[in-house]
Amino acid sequence: MSSATTVVKNPKEDVWNGGKSPMKASYGKLMMWFFLLSDAFTFSALLISYLMVRFTHPQFELPYSEFFFSDLHWPIPEKVFNAAPFLHGADLPLLFVGIMTFILILSSVTMVLAVEAGHRMDQKDVEKWMIWTIIGGVAFLACQAWEWSHFIHGTEEGLILSDGTKFFGANLAHNEYGPPLFADFFFFITGFHGLHVTSGVILNIIIFYNVVMGVYQRRGHYEMVEKVGLYWHFVDLVWVFVFTLFYLI
Amino acid sequence: MASHDSSMSQEEIRKANTKKVIRIALILFVVTVIEFALAFIWPDGSDRTLLNVLFIVLTIVKAFYIVSEFMHLGHEVPVLMYSVVLPLVFIVWLVVALMNEGSAIFNSFMGG
Repeated sequence: MSSATTVVKNPKEDVWNGGKSPMKASYGKLMMWFFLLSDAFTFSALLISYLMVRFTHPQFELPYSEFFFSDLHWPIPEKVFNAAPFLHGADLPLLFVGIMTFILILSSVTMVLAVEAGHRMDQKDVEKWMIWTIIGGVAFLACQAWEWSHFIHGTEEGLILSDGTKFFGANLAHNEYGPPLFADFFFFITGFHGLHVTSGVILNIIIFYNVVMGVYQRRGHYEMVEKVGLYWHFVDLVWVFVFTLFYLI
Repeated sequence: MASHDSSMSQEEIRKANTKKVIRIALILFVVTVIEFALAFIWPDGSDRTLLNVLFIVLTIVKAFYIVSEFMHLGHEVPVLMYSVVLPLVFIVWLVVALMNEGSAIFNSFMGG
C-alpha cells in the first residue's frame, strides 16, 4: 500500500475530480440534453439541405397572383398548402398548418405546466396536464395524417404533363405541385418529425401511466416527467423551424 | 414530510408559476401571429429577401424562449447551458459553407 499522502484540495476547486455533479443535473437529464443536441444536428442537416435544393431549382419569378403549378419551377408553399378538412374547395393558405402549429405549441405549454406541478409533488395536476399534452400530440398527428393524405391525393385540377396526360397527387417519383424533390423533402422532413411526435406521444403515455400509478410520488421527485418534457419541447422546437423553413419561406 | 410555507402557500406558488408559463406562451403566440401577418401583407411581386430574414429572426426568437424557458436551459448551470448551445455554431458553419460552396456538387456530376 502506498504511503504517499494526498492533499485534499479545497472542495470548491475540486468540482471536476469526481463524486459530484458538475453540471448540477442527473445522468438521465444530461444524456437527454446531449441526445437532443445530436437530433438537432440531424434535423438541421435535413432542413439546410432542403433549403439548398430548393434554391438551386428554378424559382417562380412572377407575382404570386399569377402562380401556376409546373414541374419546371419550385412551387410556392402557400399555394400548395391551402386546404383544410371540412372546408373542401376553399382557398385558405397556411390556415391548417397554422392550426397544427397552435396545437403543438399549446401541448408544449401543458407539458411545462405538468413539470411545474411535478416540482410541487402535485400528482393530480401532473396527471391533468400530461393528459392534455398527450391529447395535443395525438391531435397534431391526426392533422398531419390528413395533410399527407390530401397532399398524396391531390387537387381536382391536377397537372397537365408535357405529353398531354393529367397527373394527380404525389408520390416519391412525381407530384402535381412541382419538381419531384419537392414531394420527397415534404415526406421526409414532415415524416421524420412526425415519427418524433409519435415516439414522444408513446413516451408521454408510458410516463403518464407511471404518474397515475404513483411511481414518482413514491420516488420523491418527478424528474422523469421533466426528461420526457425536454423531448416533447424539442419536438415542438423542430416543428417551429420546419414551419418557417418549409411553409413560410 | 413537513409542509413548510416559505413566503407563499402552495396555491400561491402554483398561481405565480402558471402565470409565468402563460406569459411565455403568449409571447410565442404573438410572434407566430406576426409571422403570419408578415407573410400575408408582403406586397405581391416584391423582393422577399428581407421577409425571409425576418422569418428566420422571429423563429430564432421563438426558439430562444422555448429552449431557455420551457426547457429551462436558461436556468441551468452555465457549463450545461454552454455545452448545449455552443456546438450549435456548427449549424451556422454548415449554412455558410453550403451557401458558398454548395453548388460545386452540381458542377461535379451534372457537367456544370
